[in-house]
Amino acid sequence: MSDKQSEAQPLDAHAVEPGSDGVHDGKGGALGEKTRPATVHGDESTAAASAAATVGTTEALVESNPLRDPRDKRLPRVAGPCVLVLFGVTGDLARKKLLPAIYDLANRGLLPPGFSLVGFARRDWKDQDFAQLTHDAVKEHARTPFREEVWKQLAEGIFFCPGEFTDDGAFDALAMMLKEIDQTRGTGGNYGFYLSVPPKFFPVVVEQLKRTGLANGPEGAWRRVVIEKPFGHDLRSAQELNAITSAVFPESSVFRIDHYLGKETVQNILALRFANNLFEPIWNRGYVDHVQITMAEDIGIGGRAGYYDGIGAARDVIQNHLLQLLALVAMEDPTSFGADSLRREKEKVLKAVQLPPDLSLSTARGRYGPGWQGGEPVAGYTQEDGISPDSITETYAAVKLEIANRRWAGVPFYLRTGKRLSRRVTEVAVIFQRAPHLPFSKDDTEILGQNALVIRVQPDEGITVRFGSKVPGTAMEVRDVSMDFAYGESFMESSPEAYERLLLDVLIGDPPLFPHQREVELSWKILDPIEEFWTTQGAPEEYPAGTWGPSSADEMMARDGRAWRRL
Amino acid sequence: MTSFMLTGTTASKISSQLTQLRHQMGTPAVGMVLTLVVVSDESTQYDAVRAATEAAREHPSRILVVIPRDPREPNRLDAEIRFGESTPGEVILLRLYGELTEHADSVVGPLLLTDTPVVAWWPGDCPEVPAKDPIGLLALRRIVDARSAPDSVKAITGRSKDYLPGDTDLAWTRLTTWRSLLAAAFDQPVGKVKKGVVEAVPGHASAVLLAAWLSERLGAPVKVTESDGPGLTAVKLTTADGDITITRGDGRLATLSRPGQPDRQVALTRRPTSELLAEELRRLDPDEIYEAAIRRISRGHKS
Repeated sequence: MSDKQSEAQPLDAHAVEPGSDGVHDGKGGALGEKTRPATVHGDESTAAASAAATVGTTEALVESNPLRDPRDKRLPRVAGPCVLVLFGVTGDLARKKLLPAIYDLANRGLLPPGFSLVGFARRDWKDQDFAQLTHDAVKEHARTPFREEVWKQLAEGIFFCPGEFTDDGAFDALAMMLKEIDQTRGTGGNYGFYLSVPPKFFPVVVEQLKRTGLANGPEGAWRRVVIEKPFGHDLRSAQELNAITSAVFPESSVFRIDHYLGKETVQNILALRFANNLFEPIWNRGYVDHVQITMAEDIGIGGRAGYYDGIGAARDVIQNHLLQLLALVAMEDPTSFGADSLRREKEKVLKAVQLPPDLSLSTARGRYGPGWQGGEPVAGYTQEDGISPDSITETYAAVKLEIANRRWAGVPFYLRTGKRLSRRVTEVAVIFQRAPHLPFSKDDTEILGQNALVIRVQPDEGITVRFGSKVPGTAMEVRDVSMDFAYGESFMESSPEAYERLLLDVLIGDPPLFPHQREVELSWKILDPIEEFWTTQGAPEEYPAGTWGPSSADEMMARDGRAWRRL
Repeated sequence: MTSFMLTGTTASKISSQLTQLRHQMGTPAVGMVLTLVVVSDESTQYDAVRAATEAAREHPSRILVVIPRDPREPNRLDAEIRFGESTPGEVILLRLYGELTEHADSVVGPLLLTDTPVVAWWPGDCPEVPAKDPIGLLALRRIVDARSAPDSVKAITGRSKDYLPGDTDLAWTRLTTWRSLLAAAFDQPVGKVKKGVVEAVPGHASAVLLAAWLSERLGAPVKVTESDGPGLTAVKLTTADGDITITRGDGRLATLSRPGQPDRQVALTRRPTSELLAEELRRLDPDEIYEAAIRRISRGHKS
């Protein structure tokens, strides 16, 4: 153990006070942060270089706040004083995710004193009514225990502004209200606008924010707008949508939420790849046979018929979640984890994505018919409420993509998603090539599969590695075994909900986990030709609910001599 | 939860019993991230084990509780293994008799999880220099608690004398919520702080630490004054524009006031030991800010 301590010594070199002697007491006692580098250099000349590296950041931070120090890791990142204005408070997302996430943030002490929440909706409500709605949502859905004092802190800053999006008066009232909140709660003119409303309302809301001057803050204050997917339904509509927001808000103030990117496991893809030396050498065409990215849902479209019909599985899931996962798995290492470098690498790899020449052989789509799902009989897609019998919308989509760069040339990426599949699971599976030579007889390795590394995104977040192992006994028989890392087992309660993380990032103004408009457009460029091809193909192939999709998807894999992982 | 008693046993017998139990239950030890060694006497053992088990929900660990018993008895090791649903990891209570009380490390050593960090915690009395204690030598991080000392202010004042990286004190951990709130208050520009006051019940080690940290960071004198409590009740920092104050009368909800701005209420609750411990286990690197604060206290006392 003494090893460990001596390892810790260099760190100690930038300790605040050398302490071992009284020589520097005068300087250290005077305590200017500025005197510290001198002390450090004088004392530990060997560590000077590394100390100098940290001093830069220390000074920059300390200049703005003497109580913060990058070495003080106990202090959490806390958002500055601000107001969050929530449009669409009565929606499911607000009740089940956003409001509970705000409470959880407050409970973890990550919201600033004075943080205020303003709800805007077409309801004849007072502040108390919205507070009641929030209270109920928090009680029912929050992940952290309900504590009266936290609720009291939060409730003090809950306001409601009734009105319609087209009503100028309502937005004037909102502007007045925000001004008043700045005065009474010291929020300093920092506003975040969360548009939890269907995209068709974006233009009118954004226009109202512009008209009332809410979109542009005074010097030193920020204004941010948060939008949810879908970001359009093809390249053109995505550009139109962007034109609306970017006419009013600069790109740096637009936060596009893809809640998958807030998930711990998704961020862990970056840690897995770039913090370890174990995987990087084999993370390329030399060792990887192919990659399967799956998002399977066991539910049907539920009450979302109006939204879902005409959109379909590919636009709903592949364009955002699955292509983002692909980008994270396939991208080169970013120079840093700043938003710029991260987005640049994701864009590069999305640009390198290529569609196979014959889309009829390398894509598959389906739609669920009636069947049994998990022990219950369920209706088919065309029998769902609000769906026309001649709908050609797909509820299952599978595509094969290739990435034209040195790392991945020739390695197919298979993406699939579907509703009413056998069970709910999202994962990325990197399947490795078989060993080039097996010194065992064919019989011994008959049941040996390919090595695989699986990143389980949900549920049961974690990582599985599959490899061959000898079956105990006198014969030399090799069979697949799994080695498992479960997030919940090693880090139990610490992982915050995706929305918690993303909301905090919005309030802090930290954009790496939000896709840039360029990424959105690149994703549509990948998907648009597939969608165009599909519209010429009539109704999708039906698959019984509760199974793993249409047979054409299996045939697509079989043509390449591969098969989908059985999940 | 299942509990197994082994009397007059050895580390290797405990170890094989553990392996056997694990096979029966079908739960491997791979998920565990650290070994927590709790050194405690019989009277504080119950609360310490509770807190450690609670903290193990966030950091699944093997918890080894070392309980020295009568040193005049013949040498003997009694072990109690607790294992099962309510405990995320494993808890092993080790009761040491006779000369063995001086050689706890010989029992603990073979029971540590392989190649994972070891943390030692003394919820009650702690050795003079934790890092030189036989158990402390096994640990990467050593947690003590000034509050349990007979004179807690004296205890915290003496901490810097034999400080080694990896030492930490729960009196410091208790301050994180206060420090976080103060830091958040300073995220908005604040003029130069001229002087400050920290108010707490008499003999409050954390108050002394908070004052030291503030004066270290702000370069201004910060005094400690007495109040009726509970615990820490207020921090007042004087700037040219007026006072920034945080007051907490009930130990739960605090009021933040600053010049030119309305008062605001903030939840600032006193945290149970399990949460403090969970925070300690989150970071296992040396806490240099804590070091700076305790060094500041001892300087203040010398001058």
